[in-house]
This record gives sequence, structure tokens and C-alpha cells, in this order.
Amino acid sequence: MQSAREALTASRRAPLLSALGMVTIAFSLFAFGLFGLVAVNIRRALDQVEERVEIRAFLSDSADIEQVAAAMKDIGEFPEVSRVDYVSREQALVRARKEMGEFADVFEAGVLPASIEVQLRPGQRSPTVVKSVADRMKTYAFVDDVRYGEEWVAKLYKLRNIATVAGLTLGVAFAAVAVIIIGATIRMMVLARAKEISIMRLVGATDMYIRLPFLIDGLIKGVLGGLLALLLVWLTNRVINQYFIETIFFDREMIFLGIVGGALMGVIGSLVSVGRHLRRI
Amino acid sequence: MIRLTEVAKEYPRSGVALSHISFQVKKGEFVFLTGPSGSGKTTILKLLYMDDRPTQGEVWINGVSSRNASRREISLLRRRIGIVFQDFRLLEDRSAEANVRFALEVTGAPKASIHPKVSRVLTQVGLATKALSFPREMSGGEQQRVAIARALINDPFVLIADEPTGNLDERATRSVFQLLRDVNASGTAVIMATHDLDLVRRSNYRTIELNHGRIVFDSAESPASARPLQEPFDLLDTPTDASETI
Repeated sequence: MQSAREALTASRRAPLLSALGMVTIAFSLFAFGLFGLVAVNIRRALDQVEERVEIRAFLSDSADIEQVAAAMKDIGEFPEVSRVDYVSREQALVRARKEMGEFADVFEAGVLPASIEVQLRPGQRSPTVVKSVADRMKTYAFVDDVRYGEEWVAKLYKLRNIATVAGLTLGVAFAAVAVIIIGATIRMMVLARAKEISIMRLVGATDMYIRLPFLIDGLIKGVLGGLLALLLVWLTNRVINQYFIETIFFDREMIFLGIVGGALMGVIGSLVSVGRHLRRI
Repeated sequence: MIRLTEVAKEYPRSGVALSHISFQVKKGEFVFLTGPSGSGKTTILKLLYMDDRPTQGEVWINGVSSRNASRREISLLRRRIGIVFQDFRLLEDRSAEANVRFALEVTGAPKASIHPKVSRVLTQVGLATKALSFPREMSGGEQQRVAIARALINDPFVLIADEPTGNLDERATRSVFQLLRDVNASGTAVIMATHDLDLVRRSNYRTIELNHGRIVFDSAESPASARPLQEPFDLLDTPTDASETI
């Protein structure tokens, strides 16, 4: 309680430095948050494209409907598979006509074969998984051909890998920059109170007593900086949404994680800065 | 109560600061540490309040040994030691009263006990009417009194003063010194490092004289006539070429 008061008093004594500290934390988290926003949206875009990964097994004209139904049940039980649909010749024709628009007349009834369409669960759409499911589907005698856009799936998978690696690398770099800036800011605040700290030590304050107000201060600044950063990212997101493209914002868990992250950075930054300072005096 | 045994202190860059330092200070004693600049006075004081540890030997103070004292033990020890510096080391952004209170608060003293104690100590140093003044509004002598009040607030068994009159004019020097004598008269030991030979001569307190990091004289062990330096130490520091001082 006393330490919390001490932390507030210290902020009141140096309001400019204190505000500067908080704004610095907010802006470094804002940069990190913007990056996060981009990452989240790229990921969502990739997810949406990936949802379209599907495997089509074209059936021979002589396929027995009961055998097909049994096969569909089997396939539906594959752990990778989320959904199996039967597309009859008539349905295939309707769909093709719809997709072709003005060239709809090109198709005649009976040209297109019936098929089984399989959709895969999220996380089960890599080229190897897709190929393995497709291969298993090929084993049915009544299946003439299986298609899944092999090249397209491979490219998509590659793109996803690149996005993940780039995201992680940039994320770590942005986080490191944020941590360094926040650390330097807190160090500045510690140095501004160096005389006070040295006098505290002289009159017999324990390290914990000296540290605690800084930790609380770091926590408050981290949380406030995190909230401010969040507000800025949210505003940016709104502007992008209104004038450029439709984007999504962080979900609740990520917002919570962001604020906890800010608080942790504040606390750890304080711990490290004060610890280093105390070791020297 | 305080014992230094064969203490040596060496710094990696500046070399030997102290060697073969042994002496004891009894309860309630007043001891002057004298000697020219760089002779090791401040180093000894730092070892006493354990701001630094000896390279060799042992400093023993109030049951705490320099050999194995933890940081926490050192903090607790400092609550029983009053420390005063030449530059006062007051916090400029708070009043005399707040500066003194600060020393009590950081020890986690009960809130109710703080105000009466601070008032008592400020009265003791003659600053009851200046409790709300800020350091910049006070004279050097007054600021040093605030520093002494802060040092006394935890009822120390020893007051360590590093050139407490070094920044003061003669009048302020006399009054601060008198205050230290009063503190000593009430039972607190005082160890005072000083350049001021007049002050040393005018009183009959024990004097330990240092030169080049060694004790060259201790009045508790030798008669006063055996003292090697009769001239003010300051002469030793005066450059021989007068033009350098301009």
C-alpha cells in the first residue's frame, strides 16, 4: 500500500517524465500492435483461401449408389476430413451453368460426372495430408479420377509457411525493439531518481522496499501504455476499414494478452533496470 | 562495537587505498579521522557503513562482519548508523521535515510514531521552525542540520560524518560541530572525518591520522607529542606552483 502511494507520489513529482515514459511504452506497443493487426489479417486471408481446399473424386457412370454411400461414410470417418458431399450429375450441371454464366448452354445434361466432394479440417490442409486423403479416395473402384489442385495447394502451403516465418521473425524483432525502448525509458526514470535511491540505501531501506514502487509504477505504466496502444491500433483499424479494405480487429483473448504483455514488459523492465542500478550502488 | 582488523582496500584502477588498518571504537566514543585528501578517510567510512568491503581483513560493526554480511543485513545495520556527508545529500524536492521523515518511512516505521519523532529530532537540531522549508531556502549550516536530524531519526548507536563541515563557513562549522558534540554527549558514538585541524586541536577527542592509506597516528595509543604532522594537512595538497591555482 505504502509502495503504491510511493509510486504515485513519484509520478506526481515528475509528471512530464512519467507521461513521457507511458507514451513511449504506448508507442512501442502500438508499433507492435500494428504489426499484430497485419499478421492477424494476413492469417485470416490465408485461412479463407485455405477453406477452399477441397478434394473431388469423380465417379464412373456405373458407380453403385449404395457402394458410394458406404464409401462416403468411410471417408467421413477419416480423421482429416470435416465434410463429405455427394454431387449428382444434375447438381454438377446446375453448378457449372451457374459458374459459366452466358456460356451456360455449352453443357448438356449427362456430360458432367457425379462426384464426391471432401473438405478437410483446419490444420489438415497441407499438401501431404491432401495427397494422402486423395490417394485413399483413389482406391475405390468406382472412382475415375481425383482432383485437388495439387500445384495450387503446394503454393498456398508455401505462402503460409513464408507468412508464418516472416511473422514470427518480424514479431520477435518488433517485440525486442519494444522491450529495449521500454527498458531504456524505465532506466531513464530510475536514473532520474538515482539520488533518492542512494539515500534510501544509506538510511537502510531494503532492496525490496526500493524496488516495489518501481515495479508498481512499471505495472501501471505498462497497463496504461498497453491500453493506449490498443486504442491507437483500434482507431487505425477503423480508419483502414472505412477508407481502404475490410479488416478484422484482435479478439478478446488477444486484447487481454496485449494488456498483460504491456504490464509484464513494464514490470520486467522495472525489475531489470532497478536491479542493475541497485547492484551498482 | 566497531572493530577493524588488518583491513586493506585495493581498487582495480586506482590501486591501494588502505593497508594495515586496525582500530576499535568503543560505545559512545568520539573519534576524529584526519589526514590529507586521498589518505583514505572516506574509504574507511565507506567500509564502516558497508558501502564497500575490504580486500583483506575484517570490519566488524555491531555484530555484523564485512566477511559475510548480506545486503539485507547491511540495510538493517544502516538503520542503526547515522551517516552525514559534506554535500548534505538532501532531496531538493521536499521539505526539511519530509527529508527527515523519509529516513523513517523507508524502514517501515509505524505511521503514528513518525510525526512526533520527526518533530523531536528537528527540535534537537534547532530547526523546529524550519520544518517546512526546502533545502534551497536554507543556509549550508541549516541543510547540514537537516542531514544530521535525518541521521539521528533512527536513534543510531554511531554517527558517521564525512567532512560534515567541509562546505560550511566558520560560524556554521562551530554550530554543527557543537551539535555533533551534543549528539555524542547523549551517548551516540561519532566518527568524523575532517580536514579541519583547528577543530581537532580545540577538542580533546581521540584522533586517528591517516596518510597514504595507513594509520600514522592514533591518540588512543600514542601521546599527543608523538604526532607526526603539526601543520595543517591542507598544505600538503597545495600545489607548489602558485600559477596553477589561478
